[in-house]
Amino acid sequence: MSAATLLAVDQSFDKFLEQETTKGLLRFTTAGSVDDGKSTLIGRLLYDSRSVFDDQIESVTKASVGRNAGPIDFSLLTDGLRAEREQGITIDVAYRYFATPRRKFIIADTPGHEQYTRNMVTGASTADLAVVLVDARKGLLPQSRRHASVAALLGIKHIAIAVNKMDMVGYDQSVFTDIEAAFRKFLSRFEGIEAVFIPVSALEGDNVVRPSARMRWYKGPALLDYLETVEVEARAHRSPFRFPVQRVIRPGQEFRGYAGTVASGRVRVGAPVTIMPSGRPTTIERITTFDGDLEEAFAGQAVTLTLADEIDVIRGDVIVSSDDLPHVGRSIRATLVWLNQVPAEENKRYRLKHSTRQEWGSIVRIQHAININTQQHEPAHNLEMNAIGVADIETSRPLCFDPYQENRATGSFILVDPSTNATVAAGMISGPNSSAALQPSVEGNVAWRIEDGSLVISLPGADGETRSGNITDAETLDVLQRLLKKLEAQ
Amino acid sequence: MIGAGPDYSVQHNTPSSIDFIEIYGILFMLATLTHLRKLEAESIHILREVVAECQRPVLLYSVGKDSSVLLRLAQKAFHPGRIPFPLLHIDTSYKFREMIEFRDRYTAELGVNLIVHTNRKALQEGSTPFAWGTQRCCGALKTTALLDALREGGFDAAIGGARRDEERSRAKERIFSFRDPRGQWDPRNQRPELWNLFNTRINPGESLRVFPLSNWTEVDVWHYIHIEKIPVVPLYFAKLRPVLVRGESLLSVEQDFVPRLPGEQTKLVKCRMRSLGCSPCTGAIRSDAETVPEIIEELLSVRRSERQNRVIDHDQDGSMELKKQEGYF
Ligand SMILES: Nc1nc2c(ncn2[C@@H]2O[C@H](COP(=O)(O)OP(=O)(O)OP(=O)(O)O)[C@@H](O)[C@H]2O)c(=O)[nH]1
Ligand SMILES: [Mg+2]
Repeated sequence: MSAATLLAVDQSFDKFLEQETTKGLLRFTTAGSVDDGKSTLIGRLLYDSRSVFDDQIESVTKASVGRNAGPIDFSLLTDGLRAEREQGITIDVAYRYFATPRRKFIIADTPGHEQYTRNMVTGASTADLAVVLVDARKGLLPQSRRHASVAALLGIKHIAIAVNKMDMVGYDQSVFTDIEAAFRKFLSRFEGIEAVFIPVSALEGDNVVRPSARMRWYKGPALLDYLETVEVEARAHRSPFRFPVQRVIRPGQEFRGYAGTVASGRVRVGAPVTIMPSGRPTTIERITTFDGDLEEAFAGQAVTLTLADEIDVIRGDVIVSSDDLPHVGRSIRATLVWLNQVPAEENKRYRLKHSTRQEWGSIVRIQHAININTQQHEPAHNLEMNAIGVADIETSRPLCFDPYQENRATGSFILVDPSTNATVAAGMISGPNSSAALQPSVEGNVAWRIEDGSLVISLPGADGETRSGNITDAETLDVLQRLLKKLEAQ
Repeated sequence: MIGAGPDYSVQHNTPSSIDFIEIYGILFMLATLTHLRKLEAESIHILREVVAECQRPVLLYSVGKDSSVLLRLAQKAFHPGRIPFPLLHIDTSYKFREMIEFRDRYTAELGVNLIVHTNRKALQEGSTPFAWGTQRCCGALKTTALLDALREGGFDAAIGGARRDEERSRAKERIFSFRDPRGQWDPRNQRPELWNLFNTRINPGESLRVFPLSNWTEVDVWHYIHIEKIPVVPLYFAKLRPVLVRGESLLSVEQDFVPRLPGEQTKLVKCRMRSLGCSPCTGAIRSDAETVPEIIEELLSVRRSERQNRVIDHDQDGSMELKKQEGYF
């Protein structure tokens, strides 16, 4: 909360301004199985860093009577819904804000209960780091693995594993090292994850903000110390320039600009760019904002671009660096986290939202499901709620995308069930589905190939000359591609 | 350097690895947005999404500091175009006079379209927080009024300035928050909200509440007001005001129906408002903060939360959550 800056009480305004401009921001999420102590840990973190207002502490202290969690039940600081307080569990993500003199934090405290995995995914999708809790008495549970897998899939590279409730196991080092060994083995299946392990007691406060006197065998940092110092790189800055157009701004005849947020990379006035999916090249004329024109814009900035050429650009188009083009196509392969009671179905049509574009998307084939305990691929034809799987998806019109691991913004999408309007899946694109892309081929005398997004068919005429014709209409192209694929399969 | 000897300049033009790292570091700093500019960009993105995907959005203008920030963000989002949606103020008729003066002056200055809606029927029936109690009064003058106004205007998306750091049930809300045909929020069954891909699909009669300031804190709001020089209602700044002093609470006497205790007189107290609402239900806080920097300094050391002076947030356990479920903002 905004009491936040309380670690540095009685600051002067000048000092505040100076700190604000140099402080970085870390967004992190909690994860782990139900009752592992996530909310208690966050409450403890806020309380010990003096980031909670007195009136909130008073009201939580009153409400803690008879709850068996000590004089202050810290979970009540984040479990903000009545149902959560009554049941003693977290149902939906709570977002909390706090700052130390070194950093600002946005915390997503997520539920551990399997039924609410969708809310955990919500919290994790915008996080740079995950604090995964493990109950020292219980060790690694399926839900700890599920959450760690989801975090890894979502591209979270930093995971802090807080082995909690150390007070319940007599602060025993061997309990901690056993869990660490098991968890490290599990995490070794994922690439590029930096994991740290911290033994804590959320209830007692050991190693949360202050080092623990009862676990002198532990030489690493307390949790807050780690969160304040861990280096998290801003990957979006190093990826190629991508600018999904949100809206055309046209106040009069003289101005036609494209409003959006730079999803990745940077762009300068005069830079050669390409409009996708049409593929038309042009250059950046102006970068305008309410505060004046800019010479350059970079990832994260919300700006309005004007182009040197009169080109028809609409919402959903993406302006990209001409030096580094994204994939364009209607067939993608993606990892899905299924979030709805109604399972994923092959051949069902969903609304697919990708950057600023909405299309129809059908799951043509579920390749396999991923077993969250072993990470093994298992054959599957549907995905139940909370399942993770890999699927091939076809969209009604082409998307321009990058693999999610290279670019979060252009590699992610959601599926919405058109009959209920529920968000049913989080999708992370691994790449084009090459098996579906029509390969140039000759069948008898008929030859076909794809050229500039249209299908070119060549037929030999009676006179022996070959004639070609193209089909550019998306729907017809779609029907023909399916037909030809069937032919190929036979 | 002009006038420096050749040796000197040669020395300093020799690239060394240290220089290179320094220069790289500076470039990297420049390319990283400050926390506040990140929040600004996120909010602009949200505002543009609402307008692109919803049929008939409206901005709920409450005249407070958060609304002032929202208005500036809306100007930025659609520049050089105009703000493409109207403003709606739910006027309970018990708002501070200075709020109404500010509202009329500022919206005229910006040239935006302002709709004012009041639940006249409830007022005629005598709704005051004292006669009806705060819950019923609020329900009629704010919640019912809001739902009526949204229906009458045919608005499918209402943009508001609520922040997650204000209150613990607000900490739970999505940026695009779904409302059923009765305007109600189901906190146990919210749509997943992934990355910045907002699901805006609704059926006729249903609606969305959209909160572009979700991730801002009170300090962020004041910091932004400072660097952007955004005008706010003078009630936020400390000065001597006539109030009834009741323990910790300082109560305004703008409405003459506010009952006085036997022999009770107003006193002149140097105070300010930390959040703005209806005058009978919003207490002032003792303060010497007369400028925005002084307000920020005060906030950095204050130990009470922002809405603590709002009677309506505390009229029962989980008050805000219950009000929100019924359709309150
Ligand atoms: N002894 C002990 N108990 C703890 C500790 N941390 C949490 N608890 C207790 O464990 C129970 C669950 O804590 P929560 O913080 O609600 O757990 P959670 O992980 O947030 O649970 P969900 O959000 O519902 O998944 C509560 O009774 C806590 O008081 C700890 O370090 N030691
Ligand atoms: Mg919890």
